[in-house]
Amino acid sequence: MRITRVLGAALLALGLAAGPAAADSTPSPSASDDGGAPTRAGTSFRTATEVEQGQRATASGSTGDYLYWSFPADAEQRPTVRATVKLPETHGTQTWQIDVYDGLRRRQSCQYGAATRTAGQGTSSVELACVLRTVRAWSEPWANDPLPGTYYVRLTVVDLTASDLGQPVSTEVRVDSKDIGGAAAVDGSLSTPLVPGIAVKSEAEEDGSKSAVLSSIEPDDGWSSGWWSDRWVWTAIGGVLAALAGIGGYALTRGSGRPSRMPPSA
Amino acid sequence: MIRRQRLAAGVCALLAALTAGLAFPAGAAADETEQAAPKVELVLDVSGSMRTRDIDGGTRMAAAKQAFNEVLDATPEEVELGIRTLGANYHGDDRRTGCKDTAQLYPVGPLDRTDAKTAVATLSPTGWTPIGPALLKAANDLNGGDGARRIVLISDGEDTCQPLDPCEVAREIAAKGIGLTIDTLGLVPDAKTRDQLSCIADATGGTYTSVRHKEELSDRVGDLVDRAADPVVTPVATEGAAECAKAPALKSGLYTDREEFGQPRWYKVDLDPGQELRASVSVADDRAVHPDYGVLLRAVTLHGREIVRGEAAGDGRTDVISTGLRYPRPRSDDEDATAETVCLQVTNSFSAAAGVKTSPGLPLELTVDVVDGPSHAADVAAFGLGRGWWLLGALVLAGFIAGLLWGWLSRWRVAVWRTN
Repeated sequence: MRITRVLGAALLALGLAAGPAAADSTPSPSASDDGGAPTRAGTSFRTATEVEQGQRATASGSTGDYLYWSFPADAEQRPTVRATVKLPETHGTQTWQIDVYDGLRRRQSCQYGAATRTAGQGTSSVELACVLRTVRAWSEPWANDPLPGTYYVRLTVVDLTASDLGQPVSTEVRVDSKDIGGAAAVDGSLSTPLVPGIAVKSEAEEDGSKSAVLSSIEPDDGWSSGWWSDRWVWTAIGGVLAALAGIGGYALTRGSGRPSRMPPSA
Repeated sequence: MIRRQRLAAGVCALLAALTAGLAFPAGAAADETEQAAPKVELVLDVSGSMRTRDIDGGTRMAAAKQAFNEVLDATPEEVELGIRTLGANYHGDDRRTGCKDTAQLYPVGPLDRTDAKTAVATLSPTGWTPIGPALLKAANDLNGGDGARRIVLISDGEDTCQPLDPCEVAREIAAKGIGLTIDTLGLVPDAKTRDQLSCIADATGGTYTSVRHKEELSDRVGDLVDRAADPVVTPVATEGAAECAKAPALKSGLYTDREEFGQPRWYKVDLDPGQELRASVSVADDRAVHPDYGVLLRAVTLHGREIVRGEAAGDGRTDVISTGLRYPRPRSDDEDATAETVCLQVTNSFSAAAGVKTSPGLPLELTVDVVDGPSHAADVAAFGLGRGWWLLGALVLAGFIAGLLWGWLSRWRVAVWRTN
């Protein structure tokens, strides 16, 4: 009886500890080395420079360029895109903007963050941010929910005085993501992540030929299978607790074992 | 008999050698990246105004020469580089002759750095600024091959050979060639030069940079040449039809087309049961358009029923407007189920002022991916599993009540058994 009680208490404690711990949101691996970080940006979806999450990608460009990067985002992540633009010493009022597109080139909304910002005369830099919605493993084909796959970031000036066109600027982009965990785990999954050109790529792999692909992006630890989530832990703990509670309830109706008036020899 | 065997063996050996010979180069080629050599042509303005001393104390020409030397040193091996000049040879005042003055200084091909540098050193600022004709010739120089093609135009003044508008020329070139972009650099540009050069860049999806310092020039040109060396997918040209029945059948891949203002374009894709169609489309505005625009991509059955659509709208300055859709076709129990033809319709709602040319149409880029379809989701939550304190509470309560009931039930049963 005592063993059961101890075991029950331990399990309960484990449940209390594991549940929130698993659900706790931890930022994705940050401050990784920037040794291999790209120093150039693409100028179209086709030529977008691939960036890993946590990498600080830099690029120099001209005011008026459309700069493109792409990054992978997996299910249950909530990516945040940050961009900094260092402006030339003299310039007029300019408005800069980041747009994020998913693997189907559908524009994705920002939940919050200043994705568009106006820099007044003499401002030396602009900082932009966009917090995306949580990436889901599956959604209806008619929805435009973010799905695992390639995401594109486009950084550009959307409003400027004509004389500022073509001035040199240096830009910096960084993508981090918050792990939302099982709270965002949905049923179903995509057969392949939304990576453009993935059908062509797999055909080419069968042929054994190598050629340029639209996007060869993949997270560090591969795409999640969509099988695991902390919902398994919660449900299992719930099952155990229910069983213990059942035993407890049963025990209540039986009293504390043998009646005390019974002689030990009986 | 023996002789015949020998003959047979000889023939076999010959065949084997031939097959090996045929097969091996193909295998070897497959090992390397099958990327056609990217071609870049630098087009340099050598007109009289290049003599102006306003770049870091030196002439514009000196800055350009220095930049070219640095870029030639740093050009990646695989890039085929050529140099064309405009206004380098004709001193006179005859406009007609001056406007034909463009010459290939170094042909597009594998680069011999010494030769190229020697050729650059001979240049001295001379004549007119025939940008339009030079671009046409440069596009000719880059003809052939499947690789990326890029023209880098460096100029310090606007085109002096009207009425041929270089901006129109650039658009025509982009419409003819696939994957050809023109990047422009203005040396200490005035407003007119800037407008013209940025118009040329916009017309081909290129970039425009204004240059005031030497390092800026060499950095930028070097960057553009390096960029040409990056492997990119070359799209396949296709031509969408006005209705689905006549539309071209597309497989997985990347396609380009041209679409005029308000013109619908139809394509079709065959989809087996259990496969998923993913399509995305981008329409670029390569000319001055009104600031409100949109694009619509619809997947429609042969009978005209809309399956799914992707739509996007925007306002303000942009290079492209794009949208996409996916359509997973459910698995079929019927083994004879045939491929379904899905029609894709692309329309855009760009509009332009009356004076803007409508043809060639706006550049359209279409990606099609046909992949295996996903399993159907039966529940909102993953595998129908639960999560959170309410779930735990509910389960504990249910377990407790079940335990109580079970206990009472068994007590009651024992009591009934005792009395009997």
